[in-house]
Amino acid sequence: MRIPLSWLRQYTQLPAEATAESLMADLVKVGLEEEDVHRFELTGPIVVGKVLEKTPEEHSNGKTINWCQVQVVPDGQTQVLQGDGIDPSGVQGVVCGAHNFKVGDKVIVTLPGAILPGNFHIAARKTYGHTSAGMIASEAELGLGAGHDGIVVLSEWGLDPEPGTNVLSLLHLDDEAAEINVTPDRGYVLSMRGVAREYSHATGTVFSDPAEAIEPPAANSEGWPVRIEDTAPIHGNSGATRFIARRVYDINPQAKTPLWMSARLRLAGIRPVSLAVDITNYVMLELGQPLHCYDAEKLHGDIVVRRAYADETLETLDGKTRTLHPEDLLITDDSGPIGLAGVMGGLATEVGEATTEILIEAANFDPVSISRSQRRHRLPSEASKRNARGVDWAIADKAAQRVAELLAEYAGGTIDAGVTDVGEQPASPTIRLRADYPSNLIGHDYTEDQINQVLVELGAHVSQQRDDTDGTTIFVVIPPSWRTDLAIPEDLVEEVARLIGYSHIPSTLPVPPPGRGLTAAQRLRRQVSNALAGAGLVETLSYPFVSEQRNKLFGSVDEHTAATQSMVKLANPISAEFGWLRTTILPGLLETLHRNVSRGFRDVALFESGLVFLPGERIGSPQIPPLGIRPSATVLADIETGIPAQPHRLAAVFAGHVSQPGPGHTPRMFDWQDPIGIALDMADVVGAELEVRQGSHQAFHPGRTAELVLEDQIIGYAGELLPKLLEDLDLPQRTAALELDLDALVAAAPSVVEATPVAAYPATYQDVALVVDNDIAASSVQHTLQKAAGALLEHIGLFDVYAGQGIAEGKKSLAFNLRFRAPDRTLTADEASQARLAAISAAEAEFGAVLR
Amino acid sequence: MTDTSNLPPEVSPADEAAVTQAVEAALAAFEAAENLDELKAARIAHTGDNAPLTLANRMIGRLDKSQKADAGKRMGQARGKINKALASRETQLQAEHEARMLVEETVDVTAAVRRRRHGARHPLELLQERAADIFVGMGWEIAEGPEVESEWYNFDALNFEPDHPAREMQDTFFVEPADSHLVLRTHTSPVQIRAMLERGAPTYILVPGKTFRTDELDATHTPVFHQLEGLAVDKGLTMADLRGTLEYFATSMFGADAAIRLRPNFFPFTEPSAELDVWYPNAKGGPQWVEWGGCGMVHPQVLRAAGIDPDVYSGFAFGMGVERTLMFRNGVTDMHDMIEGDVRFSTQFGMEI
Repeated sequence: MRIPLSWLRQYTQLPAEATAESLMADLVKVGLEEEDVHRFELTGPIVVGKVLEKTPEEHSNGKTINWCQVQVVPDGQTQVLQGDGIDPSGVQGVVCGAHNFKVGDKVIVTLPGAILPGNFHIAARKTYGHTSAGMIASEAELGLGAGHDGIVVLSEWGLDPEPGTNVLSLLHLDDEAAEINVTPDRGYVLSMRGVAREYSHATGTVFSDPAEAIEPPAANSEGWPVRIEDTAPIHGNSGATRFIARRVYDINPQAKTPLWMSARLRLAGIRPVSLAVDITNYVMLELGQPLHCYDAEKLHGDIVVRRAYADETLETLDGKTRTLHPEDLLITDDSGPIGLAGVMGGLATEVGEATTEILIEAANFDPVSISRSQRRHRLPSEASKRNARGVDWAIADKAAQRVAELLAEYAGGTIDAGVTDVGEQPASPTIRLRADYPSNLIGHDYTEDQINQVLVELGAHVSQQRDDTDGTTIFVVIPPSWRTDLAIPEDLVEEVARLIGYSHIPSTLPVPPPGRGLTAAQRLRRQVSNALAGAGLVETLSYPFVSEQRNKLFGSVDEHTAATQSMVKLANPISAEFGWLRTTILPGLLETLHRNVSRGFRDVALFESGLVFLPGERIGSPQIPPLGIRPSATVLADIETGIPAQPHRLAAVFAGHVSQPGPGHTPRMFDWQDPIGIALDMADVVGAELEVRQGSHQAFHPGRTAELVLEDQIIGYAGELLPKLLEDLDLPQRTAALELDLDALVAAAPSVVEATPVAAYPATYQDVALVVDNDIAASSVQHTLQKAAGALLEHIGLFDVYAGQGIAEGKKSLAFNLRFRAPDRTLTADEASQARLAAISAAEAEFGAVLR
Repeated sequence: MTDTSNLPPEVSPADEAAVTQAVEAALAAFEAAENLDELKAARIAHTGDNAPLTLANRMIGRLDKSQKADAGKRMGQARGKINKALASRETQLQAEHEARMLVEETVDVTAAVRRRRHGARHPLELLQERAADIFVGMGWEIAEGPEVESEWYNFDALNFEPDHPAREMQDTFFVEPADSHLVLRTHTSPVQIRAMLERGAPTYILVPGKTFRTDELDATHTPVFHQLEGLAVDKGLTMADLRGTLEYFATSMFGADAAIRLRPNFFPFTEPSAELDVWYPNAKGGPQWVEWGGCGMVHPQVLRAAGIDPDVYSGFAFGMGVERTLMFRNGVTDMHDMIEGDVRFSTQFGMEI
């Protein structure tokens, strides 16, 4: 909402020195947020000139210009303005290319020193053999719209001012506007009337209500017949609760919009169109009532407000033919629809250049109905914006009267005696506000007088009662008709706090019951992320929007192979290609890796921890429960069933070198082992036992993929990505990755770790090298050795894998070191050897392993 | 015949002058040794098996009885002198050797490379954890909820009327099919409802998390962003409690000189509602008020939707953008930096923000 200052001053005591900025600073106190400032981009001297001489001169370029002498001071006076190029005589010599004027005409002269829109500085300059000291201006040059090509001749605007008159004040171009942001509950502030009242609330100054000055005649039977026939109200609310129709005839179709009005409309951000349209817009801005004018001679019979029939169409003012929906509320006559109620009028009954008889509509419509229609037809307009927020029911007759009076005044029309006023006022709520409630909810003591004063200032009807039990005063409040947002006691509490000032709210710190800190899962997820950063990985956050193909390629860690996991599709994605929600983090993370690599960072390790989206059999719930009631457990469970599972996943990628090279340091490249090692490290962080198995995944290298297994469940994959895929994604070869189910890992953490005492007796160390078939997993052999070596084995580790000379084709040698220790005595070499032999025999039996 | 020309002169233990001379020779040799190797050679020459004094020592037994005592004493003194000199020289040379080694091993320490990688957390995550820690310190708990959410939790339960303009202003991502009534949550506020349904009252929770709106990415907008949501429900909570909590949070986050300002505003799920500004003393370009978020007293319809009796309990709630906070708190000027995952961005921050 834009507020021209001159307009606001009509209803309030806005100080003379007020600016758009100072106005916004006042309004912000009552919750009207500052948005912008609007001014005409014109700086003087710009004055009225009288053309004394006009000499046409034809030039070699074929163009005829006029060399003019223009009087820019009142008759018999000399110039008081000073400056380069301003002639002390008061007569300026000006070259003008336009021809639509004659000697004696009053025109607009921009004198040297003036600045026009686009930071265009006017100065005396040599042109066509003359010194042209200024410019005779057109509408376009002044930023007042396209107009016709020629210059402005003031007599055509009905003006005959003295030469030398300041044009900025003459045309009301010295005004400025503050733009504020109006919250969706405050429809009434989308009017000067509402803003002025709020300004008075903010500053405590006097407010005179423009509506009070208007006295519409009572309804009678002479008016245009109108019927409201809503057979399908939405939520039981009639589509129209009031319809005023007024007729004005014998208007002059050539009449022009007064300059003050078009200047204000412009500042308010509305382009002047024609007198009738400008008046309805002006009154809408003034009083907040959306209005519509019909060419009365184009109407056929009674007006009926009704819902649309199936497949009915309407050509709206913008020239588009719209197919209507049975829920659309229409204004109709015998010819069919003539307007989409409260949203946009129909083209057939539009007021045009030949219109001499106008029917004015001022109506109240159901906000929900308007809201749906404007959404359905994508027709947000100044009218629908107000109608969707709710309009003062009691202003319609006054607004119609105001339009009629303005048409009579500026278009010479005659107001018909007939007054149509149909509809039924919706019941106003009665709110019972206990006098102690504002203090109790805000934490600041408000006196009963203060509360009463605020309610009265709002325009509410207030009476008082006493509570039967404790005698507390109860304010019985009927909100004013324009405050459709006030319905419950809390709304009134806000008004009390708001008008007295939020700055009075004190500061206290509530003491909650003792908390338990972060949950175990929250702590562990944090530890994992911190450990990953400590291990040299950089955390990144990618968007969860992915393509269907990428989701299928990377799958989800538990549904990877079949790629059958269903996924969530967005109805209105930012990009159609990336219209699905991720079932896996890797696609986004690899894109982030690619971005880094393409920016020249080729040695990168990244991780991301976040949610993935795995819908179950049903996506969503067809029904949703109403507002303000706790749904039953069954309904809540039903909603929950329709919400996709959204587990936390952890993914990491590794490319290039492990570290930067330097003197005495040649770094190795990341490879398939890094993600596996990191996965095991993270298992250690949470205290879970993660098992690594040879695995397969369509996005990974078939021979270099590990399944990460927790209690026999695969919870993730780690290894080198498929070389062909890396090529397609333009990523470095040998890039390695991991993704795992972080929720599963965290869930496997022990709630309490049982400590094993640290044995102080000396250990015995033994090595074992076993030759096995190539396809036998080292981890399986290790597992068997570990089991068979028994309780004395404290640690086992694989320290070498060897194939080649001395080892048969198809075989490999696995070398382990074993550490034996007894908790209660010094172990003898014999005991350790016994255990070692037992381990070897088990490996022989299970894998055909041969001691090397 | 054995060639004896290179052997040192034979010394008799009875010959005092000869013994003294041999001792002097040994001491001189030790002194002349310039390093441990030369000292070792001198030691062997003068105390080894074939050294004159060693041989002389052996000859004591062959001396006359009358000479034995004197000779034994003489030789003992000689040995003592030599051993003492040897030990002293050895200590000296050892020390010199060690000192020289340390000098020789000197390196240019400024040429050291970091052989371990340098990782980093994302500052948006760190900021959320920091906020969580502040509230946990006050006794609050941290709650979470799904990012794909039912419209009921995201809108209806929060008192957004189905056709109210406020609902349209949320720029919502909808999930197919249309009648699934699922959305990407437009704010962290649905977790208010979940927390109240699960925990009842009293409840004091902070909800950090991802939120979604259909904005294109530019310097100040992103379709995926983060919010911090606070909710307190208890008996007798007031807007003064809300202000106090926000002040505590602001000073914890922005320094002791930070302050907050409330301006009236509208949200469907709070009444009264307020816009929250923070006075940030360390802002780039000087101390100033910065728009930080929204807040208010929980609307009775919201309490009812979560099964809490508004006649018994009241509550307050607040929400603020994490990206926005990082932007003005840490001087990040472009949203792209937070989104793109360029390693240079995250690595500027340590493990604490």
